[in-house]
Order: sequence, then C-alpha cells, then structure tokens
Amino acid sequence: MFDYGYYLRKEKFPHIWCAGCGDGTVLKAMLRAIHNLQLSKDEVVVVSGIGCSSRTPGYVDFNTLHTTHGRALTFATGIKLSKPHLKVIVVSGDGDGTAIGGNHFIHAARRNIDITMILYNNYIYGMTGGQASPTTPLGAFASTAPYGSIESNFNVSRLAEAAGATFVARGTAYHAAQLDRLIEKGIRNKGFSLIEVIVQCPTAFGRRNRYRNTLDMLHWQKEHAVPVQVAAKMSPEEMNGKFTTGVLVDKSRPEFTDLYEQLIDRVRTPR
Amino acid sequence: MFVQGNHACVLGALRAGCRFFAGYPITPSSEIMEILASELPKIGGKFIQMEDEIAAMGAVIGASLTGLKAMTATSGPGFSLKQENIGYAAMAEIPCVVVNVQRGGPSTGLPTQSSQADVQQARWGTHGDHEIIVLAPSTIPEIYTTTIWAFNYAERFRTPVILLLDEIIGHMREMLKIPPDDEIELWDRPRPECEPGDYRPYQMVDTDIPPMADFGSGYRYHVTGLCHDETGFPTNDPQIIDRVMRRLTRKISRYRDQIYRSRESNLEGSEIVLFSYGSTARAAKQAMDLLRREKLNVGLFRPVTIWPFPEEQVRKIARASRHIIVCEANMGQIVREVERISCSQTNVHLVNSMNGEPVTPSQIMEQVKEVY
Ligand SMILES: Cc1ncc(C[n+]2csc(CCOP(=O)(O)OP(=O)(O)O)c2C)c(N)n1
Ligand code: SF4
Repeated sequence: MFDYGYYLRKEKFPHIWCAGCGDGTVLKAMLRAIHNLQLSKDEVVVVSGIGCSSRTPGYVDFNTLHTTHGRALTFATGIKLSKPHLKVIVVSGDGDGTAIGGNHFIHAARRNIDITMILYNNYIYGMTGGQASPTTPLGAFASTAPYGSIESNFNVSRLAEAAGATFVARGTAYHAAQLDRLIEKGIRNKGFSLIEVIVQCPTAFGRRNRYRNTLDMLHWQKEHAVPVQVAAKMSPEEMNGKFTTGVLVDKSRPEFTDLYEQLIDRVRTPR
Repeated sequence: MFVQGNHACVLGALRAGCRFFAGYPITPSSEIMEILASELPKIGGKFIQMEDEIAAMGAVIGASLTGLKAMTATSGPGFSLKQENIGYAAMAEIPCVVVNVQRGGPSTGLPTQSSQADVQQARWGTHGDHEIIVLAPSTIPEIYTTTIWAFNYAERFRTPVILLLDEIIGHMREMLKIPPDDEIELWDRPRPECEPGDYRPYQMVDTDIPPMADFGSGYRYHVTGLCHDETGFPTNDPQIIDRVMRRLTRKISRYRDQIYRSRESNLEGSEIVLFSYGSTARAAKQAMDLLRREKLNVGLFRPVTIWPFPEEQVRKIARASRHIIVCEANMGQIVREVERISCSQTNVHLVNSMNGEPVTPSQIMEQVKEVY
C-alpha cells in the first residue's frame, strides 16, 4: 500500500474541501507521481494561486507557496530561474489559471520553462461560490450566468499547446488510476508541462447544472472522456460534446533555464 | 565615473549583492532593466523580462524565497500594477527592492516627465494595514548608496523596500566615486540555525524578525498571503492575528532609528526651514544657498527615508521654527504629513509643481521672502 501519510501534513487535516469534491483525488495522484519519480521532499516546490484547488499545497509536506490569485506561475518562474535544480509544480484552478492568470499561462508555455502545471478544471469558480469561469461551457449555469453562459469556453489543453507547452495531457478525477502516470510524465518532461484534470465540483457547479450528486458527475466524466487513440478514429460529430484524454502533446524544445545557463557560460566574466 | 541616476542604481544594487531582476519595460525606468540584462549574466545572476509588472513582482518574490537578493524597477502605471504582490511580500515577509522612477500621472500621464506624485502610493498603495520602508535619494552618489541601504533594510527587516527615484535624477548624469569596501555595510537576512524539524517560519522572536530559510535548503515550510500563525499556516484566530499584525508593524517601527536617513543644513538658528526630498531637494538646496548669501537665515531638512516618516525630527523643527516650507513635485502629498506632525506649532507652506516641470529655486525663494 502506498503511504500517503509520508507526504502529507496530517496535522493540517481535516481539509477545507466539500464532501465529493474532486480536488483530493488530484492531490493523491500528484503524491503518487512524486513518489514514483523518487523525488526528495526537499527538492519539490508546490506553488498555487487562490481557489479551492489552490489550497492543495497546504496539505503536502514540500516547500509550499500559496500566492496571489492567478499569479502562481510568476512566483514559480522566479523560483525555477533562481534554483533550476528544484522541481517546481504549480497547482491552479480554471479561473486562477486561465482568467486572471491567463497571461502568465501562455507566457510560461511560450518560454518552455521547466514547470509542471496541474490545472484542476471544474468549469466554475468554486471558492467564491459558483461564478462563471473561462471554462464554463456555453449554456451552463453559474451564479453570474443565471440564464446560462453566453460565452464560449477555452479548451485549456489546446491553449497550452498553441502557446508552446512541450507536454500536455488531460485526465479526469474518475480516471484517477491514470492520473499519476500523466503527472509523472509531465514532471519528467524538461519544459513547460500542463496536466489538465477534469474534476467535479458538486457544490458550485453540480447543483446548478442538474447533476443529482457527485456520482452523477463522475459518471459524466466517464461517459465523455475519450482516449486520444480512440478519438483519432472518431468523426467530429461523434466527438461532439466529448473531450480527449491522455497525452496530447509530447515534444522537445530547448528549455528556458537551460538556455539561461548556456547564456551565462557564454558571457560570464572570466575570473 | 560620470553616470546616469538609473545606472548608479544598478551599480548600487550589484554592490549590495542583487542577483535577480525581473521587470517589464517602462519609461523612465527602462535603463535599469536594460543594464541589468547585460550585467547580471556576467556574474551568474538571473535576469528575466516578464509579461507584465504583476508577473515581475511575483518572480522577484519567488527568487527571494530561494535566498537571492532580488529587485524590480518600474514607473507610473507599472507601480500601480505591482501593488497586490507588494502586499504579499509585506504579509509573507519576503525581502525585495522595488524601484519606482516616478513620472507624471495619474494613468499614462506624462511618460517622459518627472513627478513626485507617488510618495503616498508608495506608503499606502497596497490594501490593508502594513508598514513599509520608502527611500528617496537626491543625487547620483546618493542613489548608489541608498540602493545599497534599500537592500540592507529589505533583508534585515524582511520587508519590501520602495526606492523612489524620479525622471530627473533617474536620467541626470553626475560624478559617482565608488566608495571603498570599508565604507560599505552589507546586511543579510536572518537565517535559521535550528534543526529543520524545529523551524517555525513566523516565530515570535525577541527581535520581531523571524529567521527566513531558503526554499530548497532542507527547511520545508508553507508560505501564504493569508493571515497565518507562527507555523505559516492560515488562521482566523483573532488573538493570533492580533499578535502577528502588531509584530509586522513593530518590526519596522521599533527600528526607526536604524532606518532614518536624512541630511540637514543650517537648521540651527533658522526660523525658516525648507523641507524637501528627491530631485526637488536640489532646487531647495540651491534656493537656501542663494538666500543665505542674501543673509536670510534659511535651513534645509532633507529626508532620504520618507517612510516611516521622520516624525521626531519634524516635531523638533516645528518647535524651533516659524515657517516650514515643503517643496515637492506633486499637488501636496508630504505637506499633509508635515502639517499633521507639526500640529500648528509652526506655519506650514507648500511650494510645488505638478505639470512635468521641476520646482525651481526662484519659486522657493519667492515664498521664503513672502513670509520672512
Ligand atoms: C485579485 C483577486 N480577485 C479575486 C479574488 C477572489 N477569488 C478567490 S478564488 C477565486 C476563483 C477561484 O476559482 P478557480 O480558480 O476556478 O478555483 P476553484 O476554487 O474552482 O478551485 C476568486 C475570483 C481574489 N482572491 N483575488
Ligand atoms: S466548492 Fe467545489 S471546488 Fe470548492 S471544495 Fe467545494 S466541491 Fe470542491
């Protein structure tokens, strides 16, 4: 049995998440990934912004930093550039990462800085009580979209890909068993990695959008997730309303802090 | 050497041990960023141009957490954007230096012209009660040394320090003689000596400044902008919050004497005292010299530390003088503080300019003669 306790700050429990929330599932997958990679607790830094998902760092026994709303990647960039040997993981929500933090998101991907971002996509602002986010689907209900959202939503993974991320994967809380492998690959990738995880928020999203309970939401994840290999053989009509899961992008491109070290070597004042 | 103010700031920063800079281009501060882009890699330091000023401030805090002395520089609108994360640095007690080469505002204002209209924003720009240290040098050699002090204060007191320059002294050139090593003091942040297991990052210590561990050095701890207890974890306990908030204020206020820097000339026996700072103090100094040649008894008090405000000194001047004439390039920001502190014990006047043009010596002389 995997010993989660070794990586948890047990004295900080109980956690703040609602019963049925998907965030804990992602936290556990992240710990399994770190364990599988045999990383020492001292070399791991977990940085977050603000939101329910962003409370993750408080519960895990690493160097942890809970920053300002949307800005986790900027703090993480400072850490990674200063100490490139540290393994920097950013935890973010869909609002945190793609609304207020959207600019930092595309630029971190563009730089291909070696940071692994785990974005918990619950299609809503959970912490503040259910306002619409950039991933709220067209027509879905939110406290600030009481008649159904009239805005089109981001496809977060494709946004990361377009901006230059070298590793992009999508998973779900339902497919928890595969999640650690995706996160593991993301951490292993030398460059900017995004792991988008579809998680259920029964409190702020589920209730408003006619899901009876958490199980109902997990069932939705199961029914709508299509592994990339399968999706490749499906027509656009068949994929309508569904989303792909698995490794979506895995390529190689020079990494920012490596390039910086090379720059230092080039210009360094001879002693 | 003959250097520009912005360049002197860079030289001071490097001398202080700055090894990280993140910024976003904006006039009239860009030279600081450009020179550091070229100098930092040569000494193994880190430089990054971020996507905006918010990001630059975040990166600086992240870098400082790993133990590097870190700085950012900006102007006008960029200073406004940095405010949220400056508050984060105050709350989480992360040392950092923020240079603001002031230009005219509000908004895009006067990008290429000078002003001193950010002195109150430097004090209160971020939300919530907080202490902060703000320094405003007047000459190029003083920019060099004050930048070093900005780092020293940031490190020792674990706080953001704002270095206020302005377009005039940022772009002006003057002789700078680099002081020898024995004239330069360098301070570092307190670091823990305890076992990692015993480390409490926000412990109540005698000095009120808890030791700060570098991220990745074996002390694993949690940092948050939420109100937190001694272990660094969020709390809503009013008693704990009360204690922490009072300590955050006390850790600056009790060290006022170490933080105050000012220059005074001819205060003794002068019934009229000019009070001025930054580039405007240069005009005040010139006005004083000219007036004294005409045998008028005029003195000058020039604070370099603007915040915490030199209350004791101003109180003393108010008791001993008939008039204090505050000279500043804004609608009258520091004059309010002088009025508040002097409590009607003296007459307080304002000589100012807010149109992009500097306050002139003749403007000041006119006011002096009017009240003499
Ligand atoms: C600058 C700023 N604006 C707004 C907020 C309020 N706020 C806190 S969390 C949040 C949204 C969180 O939603 P998301 O990022 O999707 O995370 P979730 O709670 O759903 O995990 C907002 C708007 C804030 N803390 N700071
Ligand atoms: S509001 Fe939603 S996201 Fe937040 S803890 Fe509850 S279920 Fe989770």
